[in-house]
Amino acid sequence: MLASLVRFLGDFDQAEEAAQEAFAIAAERWPVSGVPPNPGGWLVTTARHRAIDRIRRERTLAEKIHLLPEPEAVMDDFDDTLIKDERLELIFTCCHPALPLDGQVALTLRALGGLETAEIARAFLVSEETMKRRLTRAKTKIKATGIPFAVPDAHLLPDRLDAVLAVIYLIYNEGYSGRVDLAAEAIRLGRVLATLMPDEPEAHGLLALMMIHHARRRARFSGEDLVLLGDQDRSLWDHSQIAAGRAVLDRAVALGGRGAYVIQATIASLQTAKRIDWPQVAEMYRRLAELTGSAVVELNHAVAVAQAGDPAAALRAVNCLDLDGYLYFHSTRGELLRRLGRDAEARAAYRRALQLATSTPERRFLTWRLEQL
Amino acid sequence: MQYALMIYAEPGYAEALPEAEREAVRADFSALVDDARCVASAQLQPADTATCVRVAGGRTLMTDGPFADTKEVLGGLILIEAANLDEAIEVAARIPVTRFGGIVEIRPVVAP
Repeated sequence: MLASLVRFLGDFDQAEEAAQEAFAIAAERWPVSGVPPNPGGWLVTTARHRAIDRIRRERTLAEKIHLLPEPEAVMDDFDDTLIKDERLELIFTCCHPALPLDGQVALTLRALGGLETAEIARAFLVSEETMKRRLTRAKTKIKATGIPFAVPDAHLLPDRLDAVLAVIYLIYNEGYSGRVDLAAEAIRLGRVLATLMPDEPEAHGLLALMMIHHARRRARFSGEDLVLLGDQDRSLWDHSQIAAGRAVLDRAVALGGRGAYVIQATIASLQTAKRIDWPQVAEMYRRLAELTGSAVVELNHAVAVAQAGDPAAALRAVNCLDLDGYLYFHSTRGELLRRLGRDAEARAAYRRALQLATSTPERRFLTWRLEQL
Repeated sequence: MQYALMIYAEPGYAEALPEAEREAVRADFSALVDDARCVASAQLQPADTATCVRVAGGRTLMTDGPFADTKEVLGGLILIEAANLDEAIEVAARIPVTRFGGIVEIRPVVAP
């Protein structure tokens, strides 16, 4: 509904006000006159009328009234697909790369997730005042710079869709580390996007990835200690959500998806199998590394190669990586060296990892590993 | 609405290019200037021709050189008429400096 109004009015604040007014009128009338046949359409049309009335009243905006189309939509022929398209347009507006990333995230949660400013502020551990300023800055920039309410043209779409996916995944990862609300919100947004863009494999890939990860959230921590995948209590996994995530992944693959999110979802899915197919996981990481050129992905690839039975090849691959400041580079080297029986070198690697560890659970884990050697 | 596209480049970048590329840069520029969306354009003389002026206590004070001392300097600007920011970005991305490490800053122009 908000999407439709923002599109119509070209202004977030006016849209929010108009929506609130429409809800207030509904609360007054519906109990008396009954709920109209198309409540959503009724609310949007009422809000549009209210907004136009308000604009008419505001003399300073008098000349702008000519720019607004006359409200002719009647409730009965209110087109639901219109609302659908408008939501998609709003997603692309909120995630426009010309906006600062924190503004994109906040705006997406506010306008599409329907979260209150105070809730968003709490989730990102900033004051409500700061979050309000962040939202205002983003809204002002949209208006002043003419960021369009539109789904980008086909030749711009791949890049711009990447930006949308990145914002949703960022919201998910904020929630991954314990604030479950945001993770669930990201999944909801991912589902909206996948519904609105049913032919985009990466939209389905991201949704599948988030669902499968989310299904394991209860097994991920024991107290405050992080539990590694291999040690997780699988009875704590949400198996129906894993199955649902896999169905979404199947759809992405059927659409010919080979992008980074589809591959990551495939890896997540493989890792929830009873017996993990490590050669296949290694192959997926190889493809992902090819796509992203990321050394961290190369590191994960090496781990999968080791799990598939070849720690020596894994160590050779790891030694080529330039990740000296990265904790998991050293802990992975330590683990591989330990498996190869090179205990002295393994100890040195674990000690280096311990120097880089910042959280208590990580230090505890590494100390325990060192003591075992 | 109108947008100013301000072109920042390293001085002399065009001279350092091979002749064929320089020719392409010139062609791209004239195509931009001929574009119906282009309202006005100006290429500036090098930054060492710059003079900064301010007035203090009724006296006009001058200093030599550009206002900001950065590696990239303002080399020119184009004023365009575009439907929205996306269209302005598309035009900006066609300005040759963007391919050679330069930057184009897009700013909407205050409506009169």
